[in-house]
Amino acid sequence: MAVAELKRPDFKVDVRPDWCPGCGDFGILNAIRQALANMRLEPHNVAVVSGIGCSGKTPHYIGTYGFHTLHGRALPFATGIKLANRELTVIAVGGDGDGYGIGAGYFVNTGRRNLDFTYIVFNNGVYGLTKGQASPTLVRGEQTKSMSEAAIQDGINPIGLAISSGYTFVARGYAMDPRGLAKLIVDAVRHRGTSFIDVLQPCPVYNDKQTVEWYMGRDREDKQRRVYQLIEEGFDPVVRDPSNVDEIVQKKQIALAKSYEWGDRIPIGVLFQIDMPTFEDGLDLRRPDGSKGAIMKQAAPYQDFSSVLGRFR
Amino acid sequence: MPLNKLSWMIGGPQGSGINRSAEVFARACIRNGLHVFSNIEYHSNIMGRHSFYRVRVNDKRIRSHVDSVDLLLALDEETLLGDVDSPYPTHRGHVHEIAPGGGVILDSALGVSEEQIGRDEVQVFAIPYADLLKEGVSRAGLEYNSRRHDIMRNIVSVAASFALVDMDTSVIVDILRQQLPARRAHLVEVNARVVEATTQFVKDEFGTDFGFTLESLARDSDRMIIRGADAVGLGKLYAGCSFQTYYPIAPATEESEFLETVQTQFPITILQAEDEIACINMAVGAAHGGARAATSTAGPGFSMMCEGLGFAAMTEAPGPVVCLYQRGGPSTGLPTRHSQGDLKFALNPGHGDFPHIVVAPGDIQESFEFTFKAFNYGDKYQMPVIVLLDRVLANSFWAVDEISVDGLVADRGELFSENGAANGGAPYKRHAVTESGVSPRSIPGEPGGLFVTTSDEHTDSGKISEGIENRLAQMDKRMRKLDLMAAETPAADKWTLHGPEQADATLVSWGSTKGAIIDAMRVLDEDLGIKVNFLQIRLMRPFPAEDIAKVLDEANKLILIEDNYSGQLGELIREKTGIDIESKVLKYDGRPISQNEVEEGVAEAARVGPVRLVMSHP
Repeated sequence: MAVAELKRPDFKVDVRPDWCPGCGDFGILNAIRQALANMRLEPHNVAVVSGIGCSGKTPHYIGTYGFHTLHGRALPFATGIKLANRELTVIAVGGDGDGYGIGAGYFVNTGRRNLDFTYIVFNNGVYGLTKGQASPTLVRGEQTKSMSEAAIQDGINPIGLAISSGYTFVARGYAMDPRGLAKLIVDAVRHRGTSFIDVLQPCPVYNDKQTVEWYMGRDREDKQRRVYQLIEEGFDPVVRDPSNVDEIVQKKQIALAKSYEWGDRIPIGVLFQIDMPTFEDGLDLRRPDGSKGAIMKQAAPYQDFSSVLGRFR
Repeated sequence: MPLNKLSWMIGGPQGSGINRSAEVFARACIRNGLHVFSNIEYHSNIMGRHSFYRVRVNDKRIRSHVDSVDLLLALDEETLLGDVDSPYPTHRGHVHEIAPGGGVILDSALGVSEEQIGRDEVQVFAIPYADLLKEGVSRAGLEYNSRRHDIMRNIVSVAASFALVDMDTSVIVDILRQQLPARRAHLVEVNARVVEATTQFVKDEFGTDFGFTLESLARDSDRMIIRGADAVGLGKLYAGCSFQTYYPIAPATEESEFLETVQTQFPITILQAEDEIACINMAVGAAHGGARAATSTAGPGFSMMCEGLGFAAMTEAPGPVVCLYQRGGPSTGLPTRHSQGDLKFALNPGHGDFPHIVVAPGDIQESFEFTFKAFNYGDKYQMPVIVLLDRVLANSFWAVDEISVDGLVADRGELFSENGAANGGAPYKRHAVTESGVSPRSIPGEPGGLFVTTSDEHTDSGKISEGIENRLAQMDKRMRKLDLMAAETPAADKWTLHGPEQADATLVSWGSTKGAIIDAMRVLDEDLGIKVNFLQIRLMRPFPAEDIAKVLDEANKLILIEDNYSGQLGELIREKTGIDIESKVLKYDGRPISQNEVEEGVAEAARVGPVRLVMSHP
């Protein structure tokens, strides 16, 4: 016991993931655990919230509080638990079908609020757990191997949607780069406001288009990797003056333009970041001085409401 | 002539200020020591469609309306005669509802003649609204401006009504003084002059022609006028609810709006979410996070919440408390109208077998009290709790002397804490199988209490499992908590037999019909010679089947009263006890049952035997 107590928590648990060999989920799982360990967070002060699908099982494999919720509803749940206890570090995870299909409304509206938590989407273009149907990010004309015909619905642009929905930290990661992703997650968690990372990942069983080999550019004549780091090109995603609307619009425009870069070159890293008041800040402005930063789980019963009764007389 | 009993109604186009008039009228009555019950009927429309507000006044406590009107205040012709000439007529006005000897107040500028009204036994009081406004404004030393001053037509209406029934009109000015915001305080004076001019006109012109009189009575308390929605909100504050979500929907919104007005004074977060699925899942998240969490909605929103209720039950969340304000369904239905049509839905809100609690309060005190208790139920039994309300309960103004907190004790149920851990170092198991079914709950942030839980079937430690023995153990332990709840809840919370123990007929009902039934009981006994008692059932799940069967077995005639089509409580009773209540007095026209409809229905059912009666007063 003593040895274990001295050891820094590694957020590992004694449960074996039942994901397929070669799944991108492993890279994301490792990156999340690594990020939590690097930040030296205490396991009991972290809650990982997930939706449904292969990625939904993630909380079972991380040594924190974990909530494996409903399909598409991780964000509303995360909103509730964060507002109940602001001292928790809350990380919501889910798949692309979960977040951009059945949960699309919550994805958009969570961006409006800017609560201080992180949302990580495992984006592989398919519904894996239900055996490979097209997800909302699969582009028009693509046909993965379990589809009987090519897609005639277009794919959405998660980065563009996040930017226009008001997310204050918008990034794209790559599952097969766990070290880079871990660093990105640390930045996201430390960001004050809702941080969003769309993580590109292969589904080795059902997505035979965006494979590891494809991301690595093995099919290209020059054999160049498709994925590249924005920072290597000197891309600057940060709004310096949040009161400057022109700067915000300009930064959003270049981020949006970058988000459409696809095919031979796929940028990863932070695309947009701004420091804006959080939802919690808004609540504090409404509160009487005494209860700023209130942890709602500590609200006591027997609130004296006699002062309110006057309005009924 | 009738003293201290009046059924008053104001009607006009939506947006014309009838609410304001009615609320001032009702408040003025309780200031003068009288009791009131007032309810509004309006269209799903912002401006223009016909709406009306009833205020029933009495020197004794009343809890319901009656269909007849003693004094009708008509702001337009449609209020009198309906829209029968329109291509799609919807109603025939309110003149036909006026009791013989009653009266109509109308604006003489409407140009409606007594012939058009066509009721010889009804008095017509034509009031020159514009002249009185001008007179009042000029007495206040101001120049009349229709844009600025026509809003005081409401005050003319209230003052004219008070003057006709010989009630002291000065109280109207007192109320305005209290209600107008500081920046409008200068308007008190001009309103006072308008009241004065109106009072003088009515006294000079009509004297004591109108036979109905209201007197100021000594007040025995600082009586309140309050809606069920407010009482529920107060119950949440008193319970320490700190998180409430909502999506705007009639008739549930008033409760959240009330809470929004007090969120700066109390530690509560009100979040207007993007839809009801978000509402329920946020509330479940907050409940798991340790807050006493709630959400409020109406039938259409509740339909969307179903998956979240099953999820809360499956993961053994402490709550949340879901207030379901029933309105006329199905589908969008009658958005602004009343119904008790969601009982069976509230009992079966989702796929699979899962435990939850459904409780249905019947008046203001019960709305407060059972909202408070709902949080205890949620925390103790770790399941969602539905408080079943309806439009009449939520939106009517009820006069009550106090909100009693007697005997209300908060109980957060069995909690895990590392310090008090009795598990001898064994890993914490969030869904431990116990005899009672309740597993002590840990709250995120608690060291040593780490757990994962899931909407999938899971083991005692929250891991996904499709194992057979585990499934049986977890299903049984979840459902066992309902037995515990049933055993621990006093019978007085589950049901009440109002009135004498022995009676000719036992009325069986639930929810807001309580008001009309209690009011009708005395009339049935004293005037119609039918001695009745009334079984009010509050706890719908877990259903107190044995108690109810015993009461019903000992009763003589049984008469079911419900504001829905199928007699849903009757079906529940039959399902749980095998007893079929054959006589049913039902109402499903979107309007609440009135005291007189209870009297008529019960008298008829008692006379003819087993019968299905449908009440309506178009």
